[in-house]
Amino acid sequence: MVRQVLQIGLFIVTAMVIWFSFTTPAPQQQIGDASRIFYYHIPVAWLTVVAYAVNLIFSIRYLKTRTEIDDFRALWAAEIGTMFCVLATISGSLFAKVTWGVYWNWSEPRMLSIFVLLMIYGAYLAIRAAIPSLDRRATLGAVYAIFAFPTVPFFIFIMPRMMASLHPSDSVIDANLKISMGGSVLPIFLISLAVFTVIFFWLYGLGVRLHKVQTARRETE
Amino acid sequence: MSSASSAWVSKAAAVLVKDLRTELRTRYSLNALFMFAFTTLVVVSFSLGQLGLSSLVHAALYWIVIFFSAMSALAGVFIKEEDTKTAQTLRLYARPSIIYTGKLIYNILLLFLLCILITPLYVIFMHVEVPDPGLLILVIFLGCIGLAGATTLIGAIVAKASARSALFAVLSFPVLLPLLVAAIAGTNAALANEGWSGAENHVKLLAAYAVIMITASVVLFDFVWNG
Repeated sequence: MVRQVLQIGLFIVTAMVIWFSFTTPAPQQQIGDASRIFYYHIPVAWLTVVAYAVNLIFSIRYLKTRTEIDDFRALWAAEIGTMFCVLATISGSLFAKVTWGVYWNWSEPRMLSIFVLLMIYGAYLAIRAAIPSLDRRATLGAVYAIFAFPTVPFFIFIMPRMMASLHPSDSVIDANLKISMGGSVLPIFLISLAVFTVIFFWLYGLGVRLHKVQTARRETE
Repeated sequence: MSSASSAWVSKAAAVLVKDLRTELRTRYSLNALFMFAFTTLVVVSFSLGQLGLSSLVHAALYWIVIFFSAMSALAGVFIKEEDTKTAQTLRLYARPSIIYTGKLIYNILLLFLLCILITPLYVIFMHVEVPDPGLLILVIFLGCIGLAGATTLIGAIVAKASARSALFAVLSFPVLLPLLVAAIAGTNAALANEGWSGAENHVKLLAAYAVIMITASVVLFDFVWNG
């Protein structure tokens, strides 16, 4: 009952975010309507990082507990994370075309970092696909996820200081592109961020529950 | 304590010597490594050697040659053990950290040898001026250690999978990107004669990268080797 109320609430809030993101004035006047992607691009990029953090936590936990469910939690986070990472790459690329005139720019550290995340997720899923034994697949996947993680802070914290970025120095409160977070922009952005995060954890929980039910059913059969 | 640590060192050295000896008998990965590097270098030189490229392009081309050559051979140390089914004997012989150390040093030596042969050839074929050879050697030295430090563990992972050689490059590339960025920038600083002030950050980054990757490898290698 409570779950259903929450689901309906989530549906209504999501619908309102979508509605208001298109009916209120555009967040950035010079770019115009295209800047509305801001309400979707940043939450999606943020969830890519969250998913990778969840993947990392359960990869470490798997090496300690060696339970099948921890491996599934890590894998499932990587799978949803890949989806958000692809969405962030595509939406960022489209936004780049409108604002900077090109779809892709290698000297842009944020683009590089999302690309590196995409490659790490891809490699993680590839190594799992290439190992037949279940235990070994889980262990080696977890090791790779932990081992690849030190490259992420490098691209997020060090590269932007080595290269000139086209992105605003702070993506939320910004000086270059003058996204004034005043008026209706800030509340819609924050609610959008919250809604996306809730959807992520809802999806995540659904997958884990489904997996538990399936495992339990397989055991009783 | 001292006898325990000397036993540790001698065992790691024994693993290294064993690998060197089997390699020298067949020269399988050495030949593959050098022919791969040499062929790439000739293709690059043949097509671009007369163009008078900028130092940044030279730095990038040099590290592309080294990176892809390394991809062709560095996973070999563990694949060999799995293929000849000697991994189990090695597990009985020593603790994982000893095995890792022996294999890491072997890979580092292999890369040093590659760079010692390829770097002069690159300079000759591509007509590169090297105003700051000391800095160039330092960058290549640290780059080789970082490259071997990151790929040795991945080689151990890949040895237990199928489609190894393709997978090795796929798994290594994202992990090696920071190293390649710093190594290319550092090499560029040496070729453009920017001096220590121009290269300082890149050299520090290369050293930090090697330390982080080798530390992470030592911690994680137990799980790979016994997993």
